[in-house]
Amino acid sequence: MSRLKDLQKNLFGGTTSNARQFGMIFTLVVIVLIFQIWTNGLTLRSDNLIALFQQNSYILILAIGMLMVIVAGHIDLSVGSVAAFTGILVAKAMAEWDLPWPVGILFGLAIGAVIGAWQGFWVAYIGVPAFIVTLAGMLLFRGGNQFIGNANTIPVPEGFRVIGSGFLPETGPNTGYNNLTLLLGLAGCIAVVWRELAARRTRKEMNAEPIPMWISILRMAVMVGVLVFVSLRFASGRVGTSFPVSGIILVALVLVYSFFTRNTAGGRHIYAVGGNARAAELSGVKLKRVNFFVMMNMSVLAALAGMIFVARSAASGPQDGNGWELDAIAAVFIGGAAVAGGIGTISGSIVGGLVMAVLNNGLQLEGVGTDKVQIIKGLVLLLAVAVDVYNKSQGRFSIIGSLTRSFRRDTPAAPTPSSGAEHEPAKTTVAG
Amino acid sequence: MSDVPILLEMRSITKEFPGVKALSDVNLVVRAGEIHAIVGENGAGKSTLMKVLSGVYPYGSYDGDIVYKGEVSRFSDIRASERAGIVIIHQELALIPHMSITENIFLGNEPRKNGAIDWKAANRQALELMARVGLREDPDTLIKDIGVGKQQLVEIAKAFAKNVKLLILDEPTAALNEDDSQHLLDLLRGFRERGITSIIISHKLNEIEAIADRITIIRDGHTIETLDVKGDGVDEDRIVRGMVGRELHSRFPDHTPKIGEVFFEVRDWTVRHPISAERLVAKHSNFAVRRGEIVGFAGLMGAGRTELAMSIFGRSYGLYQGGTITKDGKQIVLKSVADAIANGLAYVSEDRKAIGLNLLDDIKTSTVAAKLSKITHHGVLDAVEEYKAAEAYRQSLRIKTPTVDEGVNKLSGGNQQKVVLAKWMFTDPDLLILDEPTRGIDVGAKYEIYGIIQRLADQGKGVIVISSELPELIGLCDRIYTVSEGTITGEVARQDADPETLLKLMTSTKKMQTR
Repeated sequence: MSRLKDLQKNLFGGTTSNARQFGMIFTLVVIVLIFQIWTNGLTLRSDNLIALFQQNSYILILAIGMLMVIVAGHIDLSVGSVAAFTGILVAKAMAEWDLPWPVGILFGLAIGAVIGAWQGFWVAYIGVPAFIVTLAGMLLFRGGNQFIGNANTIPVPEGFRVIGSGFLPETGPNTGYNNLTLLLGLAGCIAVVWRELAARRTRKEMNAEPIPMWISILRMAVMVGVLVFVSLRFASGRVGTSFPVSGIILVALVLVYSFFTRNTAGGRHIYAVGGNARAAELSGVKLKRVNFFVMMNMSVLAALAGMIFVARSAASGPQDGNGWELDAIAAVFIGGAAVAGGIGTISGSIVGGLVMAVLNNGLQLEGVGTDKVQIIKGLVLLLAVAVDVYNKSQGRFSIIGSLTRSFRRDTPAAPTPSSGAEHEPAKTTVAG
Repeated sequence: MSDVPILLEMRSITKEFPGVKALSDVNLVVRAGEIHAIVGENGAGKSTLMKVLSGVYPYGSYDGDIVYKGEVSRFSDIRASERAGIVIIHQELALIPHMSITENIFLGNEPRKNGAIDWKAANRQALELMARVGLREDPDTLIKDIGVGKQQLVEIAKAFAKNVKLLILDEPTAALNEDDSQHLLDLLRGFRERGITSIIISHKLNEIEAIADRITIIRDGHTIETLDVKGDGVDEDRIVRGMVGRELHSRFPDHTPKIGEVFFEVRDWTVRHPISAERLVAKHSNFAVRRGEIVGFAGLMGAGRTELAMSIFGRSYGLYQGGTITKDGKQIVLKSVADAIANGLAYVSEDRKAIGLNLLDDIKTSTVAAKLSKITHHGVLDAVEEYKAAEAYRQSLRIKTPTVDEGVNKLSGGNQQKVVLAKWMFTDPDLLILDEPTRGIDVGAKYEIYGIIQRLADQGKGVIVISSELPELIGLCDRIYTVSEGTITGEVARQDADPETLLKLMTSTKKMQTR
């Protein structure tokens, strides 16, 4: 019994948002398992997992930037248009000026920075609400995309496509697996163990009550288990496929930005501004600089996402990035960010994005039409945020409640599709 | 006098909030056609009493009876009291800036014809009402385009539109200049001739003395006395004695100050209001602080103490107009809060929840928030140092919490205030400006906070305490400046500080002679 209590305390302990994040991970696992059973093992098959990552990496990259925008108390509606605008400019630059593709990528990031500076200027220094600035940006850059591309599709060169559809290459001895993917998984496992030990050391230095050893081991075992399983899956796909390059970019960004938001003064200032802007200002935080940074950073990431998408679809078109802003915003909110700002984590947003992605993917595998998928996604978003709001009004987070609530959150997702499950044969493609 | 009929009687009104008895057995008798003043220190319970009367706190949420026009009244909300002819005009005017005078006068009370608003009738009636309050303006003028004095008149006209019998004015002249105040007081005298009864709440005792027929004094939620201005020979000193009248002993820890040299000096400090640029919130203010000294800023609400303090703290309020700051013999220019912190200034705001703390944070995050550089190495925050710093303050300030991982929103007011103090002590300041450091916290915690303030002074820091509680300033400070209308009007040493002297200087508008 006391062990159960220990477990509860160490898994659910801390702040409400931590507990909520755990609830989300739990939800993700449940959704994956439900679909795994329901699709007769299709969900966790190598090719599906690879496709899932490739198709959602750009949304998850957007979610990273969107998390910081939302934590600071803003919103960015322009990311889809900025992505499309960057995509067409980069594609055109490479086609017409024969820009080598690495230069093309730098060029794209520079465009993102300029657009971000433009939007950040209005938000931070003039004080126009970000909602308005980015609504204008949404129209502006969507129009810009079509103006520059003449509403045509422009293909991109082979080298450039690597960032969207490339994989880790096959090297080393023939093990039947992709060796680099295995190495990546191994690095991940080492990192997990190292982090857990570092956390234990930190607690010791703080003279805080140590986490029971068996909980640390359990936590490491679960994480390592998941990592081993996933890397084996990615490594054992069709020859020529493995862990996608876009996934590597995503993982790198998640690591860098998680570190930034958690362990640096700059990151903490974003939370301070979102939590109480005036208090932050009176504590010496440079409000305008923080607001400018989050808006600018978002556009740079949107530019990157746009390029990855263009690389994946081998061409830039006028409809690229349509509705991305909503997917990114949904991922952030499902991942536990507060609507009023000040609360949220990168990892939570990624989990939120994955919940949406798995839902999308699983339902499509089962042949559920886009109409129904949208209805379900809408309900999931509404319920996830409603639970957050309800928890806050209750003041405390109850563990049992969080579990049952996580189940309840699933209920609309699970039974609804069963009604229209076997209408058409499974198709793996997910609409961009 | 006593044969004049009684319009309103509030009998043994008691109003409790969770943990606080705001009013205890308060009695108020208002006679028809008089101007009745209610005075008391900030927090004495004047506003609560008026909220009971006007139905903001509905019948049933308080004990006691309101007898109005000879009947026991049971107002369920403000509209009910307004129907009975009781209209309250708050210090913060309830006007909509982007609507016209007419629209504001009849807001919620629009004259109708066939279901639609009859603007012709409204405008005609508005002109009549405006004439009664002596307001000469086009009724289509927007509220934002007229001055505060005229806005006040619009509020009164609005009250007349509701057929007012008993007019309650809460600090009506606080925001007005001399001329507008005079006009308003004349107007009230005119109403008295016409038989309208007024209750006026004011800190400006000279005005009260000049206009009121009778004065009820409230202190700590009790009625102290009701004075008849003409009969009892009342003057300002008499009122002040009634307002303060409290023994001051052992509410403060024993302390022998160790006062050093002047190290912080502000000269000729002048700041404009952030929005209405012609208004000066600080006018040529001069003051100085010595090492180890606790300096008080006394002043009435709206006197400009907070504005003065914040404008010095990295220009975080208003628009800098002129003046110099000298610290340790060197002139310093503080253009931002970051500059101020870097130069050893700390400002603990009066509203810890609204602007002092991020209520989403936990204790350790709050403690280090104003100086993250102290726990940053090579750009990375050191969680262990953060924890240790917070833990040290938890112990030395005796913050009651199981761990420093607890959210600050879970703490009581006194403990939250200690976290704010810890946050600013963590910045290693030389000068701490504490704005209402004990507002809304209980007596025990106050005592502890006084102790912390004294310890800070003993470390050789200068401390400025802004407080609306005179006993607090008198008990705590080594020297007190009085502030009125953005100007320092006096300087009183500890041994000369008594409420009467201070209140007189606080209500004066003459600039202190520079030494």
